[in-house]
Amino acid sequence: MSLRTPLGKVLGRGSAKQGVAHWWAQRVSAVALVPLTLWFAFQVVHLPTTDQFAVREWIASGLNPVLLVLLVGTIAWHSALGVQVVLEDYVPNKAVKLTALLANTFIHVVVAFAASYAVLRIAFTTLAQG
Amino acid sequence: MATSIAHRASGIVLSVGLLLLAWWLMAAAGDEAGYALAVAVIGSGFGKLLLAGWLIAFCYHLCNGLRHLNWDLGRGLEKAEARRSAAVVIAVSVVLALAFVYAAFFAGVPR
Repeated sequence: MSLRTPLGKVLGRGSAKQGVAHWWAQRVSAVALVPLTLWFAFQVVHLPTTDQFAVREWIASGLNPVLLVLLVGTIAWHSALGVQVVLEDYVPNKAVKLTALLANTFIHVVVAFAASYAVLRIAFTTLAQG
Repeated sequence: MATSIAHRASGIVLSVGLLLLAWWLMAAAGDEAGYALAVAVIGSGFGKLLLAGWLIAFCYHLCNGLRHLNWDLGRGLEKAEARRSAAVVIAVSVVLALAFVYAAFFAGVPR
């Protein structure tokens, strides 16, 4: 015996969650990543990456901290949306899928905050040292 | 088409690359030993192989992503156009990847 009427069970199931918002966010982040990733790639190839001091100097200089925080944040956003779709399509078991989707969100949020914190820490310590 | 599954596959490869990017930034913010470890891992033979894979995945995902955005505007959806743009995407990805390899290793930056 259920509290729900047979009609209530079939009506208003709606669309598959937040389809349009997800689709749109994937495109917005994609457009933002075109200049951000190209900027990053062109900068990094000219960076003496084995030299930690030089790397910190570059991270802290000018608008680089802002662009780097935007970069890691937007990559994490775009990546979380993309991995979500792949998990939804290829993980058949519902319990495994739900767990994987939760882990996907948590890992991407943690990575975005950790990487942003690293950038800001370098920017502020370099600033403090003059 | 093969370009569709390759877009997903390269996307997953790049998602793993995000972990490396985050690790590199955190290592740069940390002490010398930690950064030396990151440089040693990334600079090893296996690390360079991974970097090459990420570079190819990035160039392909970028070019094919632009192709998808063009489709989203309702353009280039005819079969013949889609086949042609697939060839263009692969060609431009290869050229872009080679350009980055040249800039990174042969343009006078100390490694």
